[in-house]
Amino acid sequence: MTKLLPFLKDLLSAPGLSGYETPVARLIEDAWRDLTDETTQSKVGSLHALKRGEGDAPRPSLMIATHMDAIGLMATEVVEGFIRVTEIGGIDPRVLPGQAVTVHGTRDLPGVIVQPPAHLLPDDAEGGAPLPLEYLLVDVGLPPRRVARLVPAGSPISFATEPVSLQGETLTGHSLDNRASVAALTLCLQELQKQRHAWDVWAVATAQEEETLGGALTSAFALTPDIAIALDVTFAKGPGASGWETFPLGEGITLGWGPNIHPALHRRFKEIADELEIPYEVEPTPWHSGTDAMALQIAAEGIPTMVIGIPIRYMHTPVEVASLKDIRRAGRLLAAFIARLETDFLENIVWDD
Amino acid sequence: MPKSKLPFSLLERLTNAVAVSGDEGEVRKIVLEEINPFVDEVKTDALGNVLAVKRGRGKKRLRVMIAAHMDEVGFMLVDKAEKGIFRFETVGGVDPRQLVGKPVWVGKKHVPGVIGAKPIHLTKPDETERKIPVEALRIDVGLGNANVNVGDRAAFATKFRRIGPSIRAKALDDRLGVATLIHLLKNPPENVDILAAFTVQEEVGLRGARVAAYAMNPDVAFVLDATPAYDMPHYDEEKENVRYNTRLDAGPAIYVADGATLSDPRLLRHLQETADAEKIPYQIRQPGGGGTDAGAIHRARAGVPSVSISVPTRYLHTAMSLCRAKDWENTIHLLSAALSRLSPRLLENPR
Repeated sequence: MTKLLPFLKDLLSAPGLSGYETPVARLIEDAWRDLTDETTQSKVGSLHALKRGEGDAPRPSLMIATHMDAIGLMATEVVEGFIRVTEIGGIDPRVLPGQAVTVHGTRDLPGVIVQPPAHLLPDDAEGGAPLPLEYLLVDVGLPPRRVARLVPAGSPISFATEPVSLQGETLTGHSLDNRASVAALTLCLQELQKQRHAWDVWAVATAQEEETLGGALTSAFALTPDIAIALDVTFAKGPGASGWETFPLGEGITLGWGPNIHPALHRRFKEIADELEIPYEVEPTPWHSGTDAMALQIAAEGIPTMVIGIPIRYMHTPVEVASLKDIRRAGRLLAAFIARLETDFLENIVWDD
Repeated sequence: MPKSKLPFSLLERLTNAVAVSGDEGEVRKIVLEEINPFVDEVKTDALGNVLAVKRGRGKKRLRVMIAAHMDEVGFMLVDKAEKGIFRFETVGGVDPRQLVGKPVWVGKKHVPGVIGAKPIHLTKPDETERKIPVEALRIDVGLGNANVNVGDRAAFATKFRRIGPSIRAKALDDRLGVATLIHLLKNPPENVDILAAFTVQEEVGLRGARVAAYAMNPDVAFVLDATPAYDMPHYDEEKENVRYNTRLDAGPAIYVADGATLSDPRLLRHLQETADAEKIPYQIRQPGGGGTDAGAIHRARAGVPSVSISVPTRYLHTAMSLCRAKDWENTIHLLSAALSRLSPRLLENPR
């Protein structure tokens, strides 16, 4: 039985930038192997794990997508022993100066992101203003010639902030987006060891969400599930974030609502959450959900899709904060949804809100 | 001194400790523990300075004050915003751009917290071009307030780490000096009286050094600190970096003039002659701004001939500073050699 907190801390400590997910994929596969019937890797690096249902073959199947890739940086060149970088995924460059990173060169090198002083920047880089990414450097503490040899252009660079428990069953770390959801899906698979289910379940840790959604799109095509669910993080209320897009931390999960989401699935999740007294809020996404669901919904001939959100603070910074309670809630709700899926569920749902 | 003898584990303890100006207790405790068996006198003064004396032998010994500051830059919680979330103010010179997205330790129990930032997804494109002021930032310790109170100090949560030839830690400014001074008290030259001052409140105005120098009334003073190395490339590859202040791998940085002190020329010459004679590499810190405890010490009483020696260090006053072990080792060498060669005749020379 995998314990949530240590497993999540392991997940947060494993590298796995978009396109370079192998280290974290191995860790997830280790946890899922015993909880599922088979695991395979997709052509673009997503991890597929099948847990067969008890219904008569051919059984319907659902896919739960949790992206495992993380945002980060990539080396573009080495100048006098300092590394220039570009971004992988969306990062506010204002969070970068002074951050601990790991440069995945020909070997892993601990480093720090450096903000050079104004007098070493072009005249238009005003003193005191935040520096754009192109001016920042990474220092790995080694002599220039060794850096040039060890860090070819294209080396991925991960955040190296250690995961740390905070008060009230919360924790901080980088890549809680979306390893928090991977942990929740793992809890769901554990729960399903005790609950019977008719449908086949594809647990999928998708690759490349932060860049192209390419993992979710290709896995949905390859597995042709009848229903797809994206489990991802959403915005928690907190310093700097208080608008309608935000939800209280530790007070429940969110159920997505909008054009990415099949209304019948949304209704079913709501009913089950009410029944189990799992607190939730409806998360309106008027255009799109900003998750793997955007790709899942339009894979192949189209798939009824749902989005579940786990609120986290400070998304896409190295100090994201999530609530363990919300992670457990997401896992429990998913398992309950799966266990309650009737063999003929599909026949009874239509897009009608 | 062989390389393995550098007191790395002491430096590790010192840099992992939190001692924001005015709250130096955690470092003071380590200093007292370490030096107690080795000194002739030790006391903690009214401001919290640790003042120790290690007497030499023989007659006509110079009374040499050696100062290193125990405090570091950091934060103080100034208001509770909501559960687990606090406003804070910086203590000492910290660039607000270095605060965003950092883990911190709060209070004497090092309660973990973070300084977060608005998600990029909710940030308008032109917003990223504007600095986030300290007033807009918060320290977040999670969904609870246990052991966290307004008035508590906080510091960057950075653990000491050796990386190849380098040392990466918070507060190398000035735990390098503190570790060097402790090391010196354990391996003292016998020709002088060492008046060791582990000072407080350097980062907020050299307050500890001022009263320490008055109390100690030394003949001369050496100040140990860390000074910026801006030895990185200019963005425009056509341009040369002529304002590097100091460079890593070039040895201890000797001060001629900074924003607060004109070094005593006799002490300056003595350091250079010592380094040349002992073949210890050194560099002259580019004269300019900044300052050390010498700014207060050289003006104490009727004046104290003073000079500063720093370990060149990158990224001071940020979450992660970085220096070379070799530069630290050479700083220790230079200090010990210079003290061993010091005699009262030095002060009889013309300035």
